[in-house]
Parts: sequence; C-alpha cells; structure tokens
Amino acid sequence: MISQNLTHRHRVAILFHGFCFMVSWTGVVILGILLFHVTGEGLHWLDLQFLNDFPSRFPEKAGIKSALFGTVWLISLTALISIPLGVGAAIYLEEYAPKNAFTRFIDLNISNLAGVPSIVYGMLGLVIFVRWFNFDRSVLAGSMTMSLLILPIIIIASRESLRGVPNTIRQAAFALGATRWQTIYSHVLPASLPGILTGFILALSRSIGETAPLIMIGALTYVAFVPEGPMDEFAALPIQIFNWASRPQQEFHELAAAGILVLLIVLLLMNSVAVFIRHRLEKKNQ
Amino acid sequence: MNSSSKTEIRSRLPLETNVFQNRQAKNWREEVIKTVLLFCALISVLTTFAIVFILAQETGVFFKDVSVLDFLFGTQWTPLLEPRSFGVLPLVCGTVLIVVGAGSLALPIGLATAIYLSEYASTRVRSLLKPILEVLAGIPTIVYGYFALTFITPLLKTFFPKIQTFNAASASLVVGIMILPMVASLCDNAFRAVPDSLRQGAYAVGATQYEVTTGVVIPSALSGVMAAFVLALSRAIGETMAVTLAAGATAKLTMDPFVSIQTMTAYIVQVSLGDTPAGTIAYQTIFAVSALLFIITLCMNIISHRLLHRFREVYE
Repeated sequence: MISQNLTHRHRVAILFHGFCFMVSWTGVVILGILLFHVTGEGLHWLDLQFLNDFPSRFPEKAGIKSALFGTVWLISLTALISIPLGVGAAIYLEEYAPKNAFTRFIDLNISNLAGVPSIVYGMLGLVIFVRWFNFDRSVLAGSMTMSLLILPIIIIASRESLRGVPNTIRQAAFALGATRWQTIYSHVLPASLPGILTGFILALSRSIGETAPLIMIGALTYVAFVPEGPMDEFAALPIQIFNWASRPQQEFHELAAAGILVLLIVLLLMNSVAVFIRHRLEKKNQ
Repeated sequence: MNSSSKTEIRSRLPLETNVFQNRQAKNWREEVIKTVLLFCALISVLTTFAIVFILAQETGVFFKDVSVLDFLFGTQWTPLLEPRSFGVLPLVCGTVLIVVGAGSLALPIGLATAIYLSEYASTRVRSLLKPILEVLAGIPTIVYGYFALTFITPLLKTFFPKIQTFNAASASLVVGIMILPMVASLCDNAFRAVPDSLRQGAYAVGATQYEVTTGVVIPSALSGVMAAFVLALSRAIGETMAVTLAAGATAKLTMDPFVSIQTMTAYIVQVSLGDTPAGTIAYQTIFAVSALLFIITLCMNIISHRLLHRFREVYE
C-alpha cells in the first residue's frame, strides 16, 4: 500500500509540511489586510469631533456620540443582567445539580442555544421584550435580548472554570463544617474567578459587535440624543456602522471605517483588561 | 439590661441549642440559595421553549394563509410586491450558495491550519498563531461585511469585470474567512485529543510524518473533524450582517455567484428595516423564514453534537 520509494515518500512529507505551513498563515495575512484596509480608509476621519458629534446627513459633520453612548448603556445593562444569571446557572450545574436526565437535558439545551443564530434571538427579543413586556425599542429591551444571547457563552466558560477548582478544596471546607454555599462562596468562586471573568469579558465583546438582534428589536440609526435611562431609545456602534456602510457614497464608507476603528479599539481595550485581570488574579492565587 | 449582658446570657445557654438554631437558619438559607441558582439554570430552558413557542405560534398564523407546500417548494419569492408569492426556495438557494462558497474556502484551509498547529508547529509558533486566530474569530461580523463590500468586491471586479456590486461570491468569501478560525480551533482540539501512542506506533513501523498525519491522526479524529465542519457550516447559515451588506437583496433561484442574491437571514433584516406594517402577511413571512432557519441550524447542531459525543467516547 505504501510506496517502496523512500525518497519519494520523504519528498511528499516535506511538501505536505510546507503546504500546511504556508496555508496556516492565511488567517494572519487576512487579518493584516483587513486592519490595514480599515485603518487606511478611516483613520483620517477619526478625531475628537467624530467622537463628539451626532450622526448627520453631511459626512464632514457626522459623528458617533449617540452610538457610542448607546453601546456603553447597552453593554453595562447587559453585564448587570447576564453576569448573575450566567454564573448562578453555572454554579447550580457544576456544584448542586444531581446527575440525572433533567440535568443532561439542561446541558444539551445550553449547548444548542450557543448555536442558535443571533437573528433568531432578535426575533425572540422583538416578540417578548418589545411587544409582550412593552419595553418598546428601549436600551432595556436591547440588553435583555443581548443577555439571552450571551448567557450560553458565560455559562459554558464559568462551568469550565469551576470544574478546574480541585475537589480537595471543597472537601477541606466541608470537613471544617462549612455548608455547600459557604464552601462555594468563600473558596470555589474566588479560585475560579479568573476563568469566569475572562469568559465574561469575551462574551461581552461578542455582544458589542452583534448587529442583527439590535436591528430586529428596532435600535435606531439616526439618533440625535444620548439615552438617559434604561427605557430610552438608543443607537449602537455596529448599527451606525451598518447604516453608513449601506450607503452608496464613498465618504460614508470612510465614516463606517472610522466607526469600525472605534469599535475595534473598544474591543482591544476590553480584551487587554481581561488578560490583565486574569494575570493579576492568577498571581494572587498562587 | 444592656445589649452586652444579653450576649452574656446567651453564651451561658447550653451549646447545643445555639448550634441547632444556627443550623436551622443555615439550612433554610442554603435551600433558598439553591432554588435561586436552579432558577438561573432554568432560564436557558425557558429561552429554548420561548423560541420554539413564538416561532411556532407566529408561523402558524402565516400558514393559515399560505400552504406549507407552497412555502417550502415554491420557486418565486415576492412577498413584498404584487403579485405576492411565497415560495422560499430562492432564499434557501441564496443561503446554500453562500454556505457552499464559504465552506469550500474555510474547510480545507481551516483543516490544514489545524494540522499544522497540532502536528508540526513548535510551541512558540503555536503560541503566536493561536491568539491571532482568536482575534480573527472575535472581529464583529459587521466589520467583515464592510470588508467584503469595500475590499473584496472591488478586488473581484478587477478579475471579473462583469461582476455586480452586490454578489454572492464576495459575501461567501468573507463568510468563509469568518468561520475559518472556528474550523481551525475545533479541528485542532480534535487532533490533540488523539493519543500520542497512536502516532508513535506508526512512527515505529517507519511511517513519515505525512503518513502519520493522513493515515493515523486524521482518520482517528474524523468524527471530531466532521463535528467541527458541521458546526462551522451551521454558523455560516445563520450569518447575517456580512451577507446583508455584501450579497444584495434580490431573492433569486440561481447558482451564479457573480449576481446579487438574498439569503434567509438577509431577508429578515430587509423586512425589519423596511416599513412593512406588523401583523400583515408580508410581515409574518419573517417568522416563517426564521422558523426554517432555526430548524435547519438546530438539526446541524444536534448532528455535530452527536458526532463529537462519539469522538469523545473513543478517546476520553
């Protein structure tokens, strides 16, 4: 079956190695081109005026103030809603849940939810939060929809982190007479905090870039005010970018690129915070 | 009596009562906490039920006016214009076109990247490549849509001058780029789960690294690789913003990648951005299309889950 010609076999092996090596840099090259292209198009629009102005029909006057504030509102509320629910669910499933058919059902359910397209969450938010709860097109409706969308991610990451805490820690606490919750609260949670926080920030960065669910629940593209409460209407960065990118004029495309730069910078900052927190806490735990 | 003397009396009580009362309070608190946590976990179940319920209910309203067969097998999709026609096949065809294009780019490249990462790369190269792939995976889809519209389409135009401004080719390329990191990292996980003893056995009988990879590692990890492929393709089906921006809004039954098409997701966005009044039959179509989208992706996710389960049973 395998050729007798050893030189030929070695040549094939080297060629295959070379091929895989070349191909594996495709992602890096594409990322480079993408960043270069966006920076080239948008950098000269990026200034204080751009951050400080509301959207406008005239490209030279247009800015992303309302979108930026909308996104900050959206993310803060999403964080407030999703962190307790997500971590709570993870703690229940890892520390309390009996190993039975129902737990397996919840498990399967969560991994399926992680694969549901984001636009379907948008439909869910539209019917439940906008119509039934009458939240209208508010920040609250948006962030509740977002929370449902990122809950599976938070739960999966938190569970992995909780699973990583050695069982001896739990047993030691039980042996001293601590109840289950005391054990979790004082020992298991602090030990798993770096992993939970990292997963949480990754989930939040996903929700910053999500566009489709916000379009479904009706976030606005042309907002000349900053939301002042959770029931106000709002714009968001990705929606503003979408709006500019779908116009035919070149100037608006460049504005979209500038908006993308802001979005990417926010994402970069969040991810560095995640790395920093994880690093700090891991050091402290050692 | 002041409070300090009260404590003194309590401390003189027999020890057991104190501990017992304390324990009862503790037990009660423990139960409350457990119930609250259970409720958190149940939210995910509620979400699933809510999705199924809402889609079923609203789609039911739609199917009162349009027959299921007309919807599933009709070849004309003009719900917003007279004469209205509700055949979903053009949208499905647009989605398939995108998925086929994205898959033929991302699956081979992702697989080769994963092979390099798990079988060839040194720890240093690995620790450089992996984070870059993660960054690529973390870029919002709207950015990819912009990239397709302003970079890939003009690039394609220089090679194929006849290409339309909105076209399936550019969108499917960018969706392929989007799912590439996912394919690479899931396949990489699968390859790394293959025990080293299998590789060493093959080396011991004189196989080259190529033969070990293609003859031992890939076949052993096959169900894991398949799970990765199915999951990535399901992600491509649900992709929304990139195809909305780059692929156009013309529902068309075609396999020509150079013309404007429309996917299921892009149609939903088009309607919800437009001024179709809620409650009309035209508006109700987005629920029917969402239901179809949900069923397709759910089936693919379950298949992927099964495959992965089988893979884990063998090696873990």
